[in-house]
Amino acid sequence: MGTRKVLGAMLAACALAGMGAAHAQIRIAYIDPLSGAMGATGEHGLRELEFAAEQVNARGGVLGQKLEIVPMDNKLSPQESLILLKSAVDQGIRYIAQGNGSSVAGALIDALNKHNERNPGKSVVFLNYAAVDPDFTNDKCSFWHFRFDANTDMKMEALTTFMKGEKKVAKVYLLNQDYSHGHQVSKVAKAMLQAKRPDIQVVGDELHPLARVKDFAPYVAKIRASGADSVITGNWGTDLALLVKAAKDAGLKADFYTYYAGAVGVPPAMGEAGVDRVKVVSIWSANSAPPALQALFESYKKKFGADQDPYSQGLRLSVEFLTRSIALAKSTDPVKVARAMEGMKFEGPFGEVEMRAADHQLIQPLYISTFVKTGAKYKYTADGTSDYAFRPEAKMDGPATAARPTTCKMQRPA
Amino acid sequence: MELFLTSLLNGVTYGLLLFMLSSGLTLIFSMMGVLNFAHASFYMLGAYFGYLVSTKVGYYPALLLAPLAVGAIGALVERYGLRRAHASGHVAELLFTFGLAFLIEEIVHLVWGKTPVPYRIPASLDGPLFTLYSSTFPAYKGFMMLVSVGMLVALYAALTRTRIGLVIQAALSRPDMVEALGHDVPRIFMLVFGGGAALAALAGVIGGNAFITEPGMAAAVGSIVFVVVVVGGLGSLQGAFVASLLIGVVQTFAVAIDYRIPGMGRMSVSQLAPVLPYLIMVLILIARPRGLMGTRES
Repeated sequence: MGTRKVLGAMLAACALAGMGAAHAQIRIAYIDPLSGAMGATGEHGLRELEFAAEQVNARGGVLGQKLEIVPMDNKLSPQESLILLKSAVDQGIRYIAQGNGSSVAGALIDALNKHNERNPGKSVVFLNYAAVDPDFTNDKCSFWHFRFDANTDMKMEALTTFMKGEKKVAKVYLLNQDYSHGHQVSKVAKAMLQAKRPDIQVVGDELHPLARVKDFAPYVAKIRASGADSVITGNWGTDLALLVKAAKDAGLKADFYTYYAGAVGVPPAMGEAGVDRVKVVSIWSANSAPPALQALFESYKKKFGADQDPYSQGLRLSVEFLTRSIALAKSTDPVKVARAMEGMKFEGPFGEVEMRAADHQLIQPLYISTFVKTGAKYKYTADGTSDYAFRPEAKMDGPATAARPTTCKMQRPA
Repeated sequence: MELFLTSLLNGVTYGLLLFMLSSGLTLIFSMMGVLNFAHASFYMLGAYFGYLVSTKVGYYPALLLAPLAVGAIGALVERYGLRRAHASGHVAELLFTFGLAFLIEEIVHLVWGKTPVPYRIPASLDGPLFTLYSSTFPAYKGFMMLVSVGMLVALYAALTRTRIGLVIQAALSRPDMVEALGHDVPRIFMLVFGGGAALAALAGVIGGNAFITEPGMAAAVGSIVFVVVVVGGLGSLQGAFVASLLIGVVQTFAVAIDYRIPGMGRMSVSQLAPVLPYLIMVLILIARPRGLMGTRES
């Protein structure tokens, strides 16, 4: 490093330190992909997180301090994320938010466990708004990690409970991406279907490579040959949209039970092919939102454009929990805030939400919705499309989907 | 039997799609000796231009206008970029097209954003063409196959039966002589490169709405087109055609096979299907480096 670079870095560091002293801000590092294949999703999340922080700041912040979001592009890489975490810590940031990719979340949890143990007084808290690997709130649970999305198991609990009531479901085909998330979906789907509807036959259990398949016609031919009437898939992105399109092309009449049909970019890509046959499990439903949340949606759309739909309820909740915990703890010290957050319970926009103290998993209502043609009944369309919306079919209260006991043995700092 | 016939049909369809994607690449390689890494990017540009034109003017005009526009861009790239890189040899050309691919992707990000655009199949081609057992075969896929075969016939005829085709072929092996006869060889190369880009763009206009038009689409097909060209034999149009069909059919049938490979745990043949093209490529490179029907050893 040349002298000039060193000088520059020192100047920048001084400027940062000066800013921190002047405004006493609560900074949250947003460590997610802002470029590359998942860049669109990451950017969308960043915008929503910044928007949520602005709402808090407009109310005067919390404890007289404002929230500030520091975006950091991890390119969806765990290694890159650890470097960014280090840099966030060096800048004195005590809160991080991340959601895209359980591989990244897992690496961050490990790193935080070590860092917080070695640096008491400089602890960092992890607000996980969307990484859904059940391990993080079971065997790998950590005092420093809080999850605001429902995990894979909870979502499957909701999906299978819904399917239990659907009499026409007789043969189910499992098609998933060949990596940890897909494996988990396949495993837990089989176990839960067996427990709830032993009469349902699982006629296929297929794994395909992640983001490599261009033409899903061969898979659809197989699904048809199996006689399945329903498909359960944890696929996301183009893997989901292409699958649904191929099914429509071949005239396959099966329903799709999905995790990510509502994710950024999927509704416009699915288009007509998904109508009436694609269902999704999610932690919110735009068209069931109470007036206060609708008002928030409106101001979001006003700010970013009519075709921009807010998407991540998990991010909104994480900011809400953080500010409430800081207010309750009367401190911004991460250890005190984390203790205040444990077990916190309040009435969210869709019903009661509780941060379960035992494993730091948020217990919240889940919705099952169907992708439909938009109509006068649906105020909110799906992800920037004007023709499609999600119709809420069923709502399950938090406790109903949290039934699975956690295996977490939480270790709290002394 | 039903699964067999549907798989065969799906395999041939997929194979023809692969040929459509790789014909322009083969053309450029066989005529100019340039391995164009930006080929898939021209495919992506074609899809976005097709989306743009189809929303403003209509889908059918887009089939002509988008390839023309991308072809013109390709010609300009050859004239003002590649031609200069050419002077420094093949490595410079390779690096140039490699960089170009990144550049085009970033431009697409800036202009159209990072999420998919709603590029739809026109109503007149949407719907089933015929029904095989209980599966419908979409009309649009039929259209895609037709265009692909049309590309093969037109390219073959243009290269072997027309005057310009003969000049292009001659310019490849005896550029000095062709130049001495009064033909402008650099201009011929410019036309060939533009033509290859236009072919990629045509595939983009057709593939963009059949699949998904998004900034990752170039990277998604980038590797498979090279497999087709290498297996078929670098620079052989017929070879690319045969290789496309071979890969399409093999991959599609592999998906249908649930046989578990002994000694590999849960791994089944169907799980391996998408890796098979690459396996075929490696085997071909070992056993027959010039590819199935290739004529040169590079």
